[in-house]
Amino acid sequence: MNFEDLKKFFFRKPKNALEGTEDAAPDSRPASEAAIPEKLVEKCEKCGQIILSDELRDNFGICPKCGHYKKIDARARIALCAEQFEELFEGVEGGNPLDFPGYDEKLASLRAKTGEKDAVVCGTAAIGGVRCALFSMDYRFQMGSMGHAVGEKITALFEYATANRLPVVGFILSGGARMQEGIVSLMQMAKTSAAVAKHSEAGLLYIAVLTDPTTGGVSASFAFEADVIIAEKGALIGFAGPRVIEQTIRQKLPAGFQRAEFLQEKGFVDRIVGRREMPALLASLLQLHCAAGEGEEETSAPAPASSAAAAAQAAQAAADAAAKDASSAAPAAEEGGKAAEEGGKEVTA
Amino acid sequence: MNAYDIVRASREKGRPTAQKYIDEMVEGFIELHGDRCFADDAAIIGGIGRMGGRPVTVIGIEKGADTKSKVARNFGCAHPEGYRKAVRLMQQAEKFHRPVLCLVDTSGAYCGIGAEERGQSEAIATAIFDMIRLKTPALTLIIGEGGSGGALGLSAADEVWITETSTYSVISPEGCASILWKDASKVAQAAECLKMTAPDLIRLGAVERVIPEQGFSPAFYAGLKAQIVSFFEEKSRIPVDSLVEARYARFRKF
Repeated sequence: MNFEDLKKFFFRKPKNALEGTEDAAPDSRPASEAAIPEKLVEKCEKCGQIILSDELRDNFGICPKCGHYKKIDARARIALCAEQFEELFEGVEGGNPLDFPGYDEKLASLRAKTGEKDAVVCGTAAIGGVRCALFSMDYRFQMGSMGHAVGEKITALFEYATANRLPVVGFILSGGARMQEGIVSLMQMAKTSAAVAKHSEAGLLYIAVLTDPTTGGVSASFAFEADVIIAEKGALIGFAGPRVIEQTIRQKLPAGFQRAEFLQEKGFVDRIVGRREMPALLASLLQLHCAAGEGEEETSAPAPASSAAAAAQAAQAAADAAAKDASSAAPAAEEGGKAAEEGGKEVTA
Repeated sequence: MNAYDIVRASREKGRPTAQKYIDEMVEGFIELHGDRCFADDAAIIGGIGRMGGRPVTVIGIEKGADTKSKVARNFGCAHPEGYRKAVRLMQQAEKFHRPVLCLVDTSGAYCGIGAEERGQSEAIATAIFDMIRLKTPALTLIIGEGGSGGALGLSAADEVWITETSTYSVISPEGCASILWKDASKVAQAAECLKMTAPDLIRLGAVERVIPEQGFSPAFYAGLKAQIVSFFEEKSRIPVDSLVEARYARFRKF
């Protein structure tokens, strides 16, 4: 054990009970050893019991012994809730706009460890047969913090959804703005908000799913700008983290403070949902809005790669309206697609 | 001056606060209180007055000048009701086609139990969301500390200006040093790394103009007022849709 490891051991950040135990350092193996098979068993971070990893995965990360929700990564979340996922803007990545010391190395190691370019995955998919744009944030990448790449992909996704008249579903998980990108990360809050506002002005639906944790700059921007805000059971949701608040007010916070249930009681989230029930609720909400107007135009949007999705949409849309709207909506959708493509090019350049 | 000197200057005792700018630059200011939901937040001053004869809405984060008023103003750390008051006054300005001037001076939005219970996140998110699409000209001037989301809530404007010893940052240098290096003595280094002073902010495109402070002399306020008046003059001639699109582009570039 070298000095750095010792230092880490002795100077561990004290955990606040309200923040729960994060799976912050799930895997410290170097990338070269990544071929070693996944661990077979793991310990539940809540009840401490040993669980088979396969069993945990098949159970959507819910502990079969105590029901605790383990964090799941961006793609696992998409797999749980959506079908026919087609990724968008996967080439977008952030740099080091402030030349912040150590940040390039940090990004490189996170990319190697997670296989993701940054903390969000975006694309289109079908939920309950309704085509939608979706984004999903990843805890493994600096606890989903938002810098240029995250802000850019989410903004581009809302622009794409506006141009193609798609609803947006966002699975949100973030500790806030990414400090190493300084003012550039702060500006992402405004940039994403502006894109959400335009999408909303176009009469389109945005559903935000707040998962554990949703705090800081992300909670103070696109997380709380949705038409319907759903919180996953037990999620920590707030502006400031509990540790910061305790330091500011110099007193202990009550149990349950800033948890999803607290937010619903105070009137800031529409519904609390269990992880297993999430796909069905999202499907119902999307179908309700689809019938109200978006569905007809969706059939005329550029065909998604999978024809199954198109077929599902066609089934959703009222047959009589589809024929009428198809001709008028097609050019707009095409233009939108082009704009989004150009947007993508601009950011990857 | 290095970055940390500027951080200290931006917080210095006796530095003019929002109220002073209003007194010096706004004719016949009438303060309007309250968010119509919960309370009046004394950390944010809002109201109507004239600048160069033109009616304007002015919203300023006020830290307070002496100990008593600092306590009353919560040291310029606003609660959700402060942001909701600001949004209410911005929408009122939009209705009557008045430009909006925001004066920002805060270490950040307040972190406390009441602020969380009343939805600090939602309040700031809504302030950004509404201001960035506001159908009337908006200008933000940072006159001290531009602290994170609490500052951004009043900064989704057509342009953001900054006085020369003010800062604008996603986190305080103290917060950065303690989170990143777990070492409070590295504050000065953190201040450098965060690129939070005027020249860096201009280079990064986060602010458009740096206003020389001239020792906060009467000439400073007169010159600043003239610049603001001509800015509103110019922006008021632009069709409102183009104005809002230009604001979108301003933030889209980051």
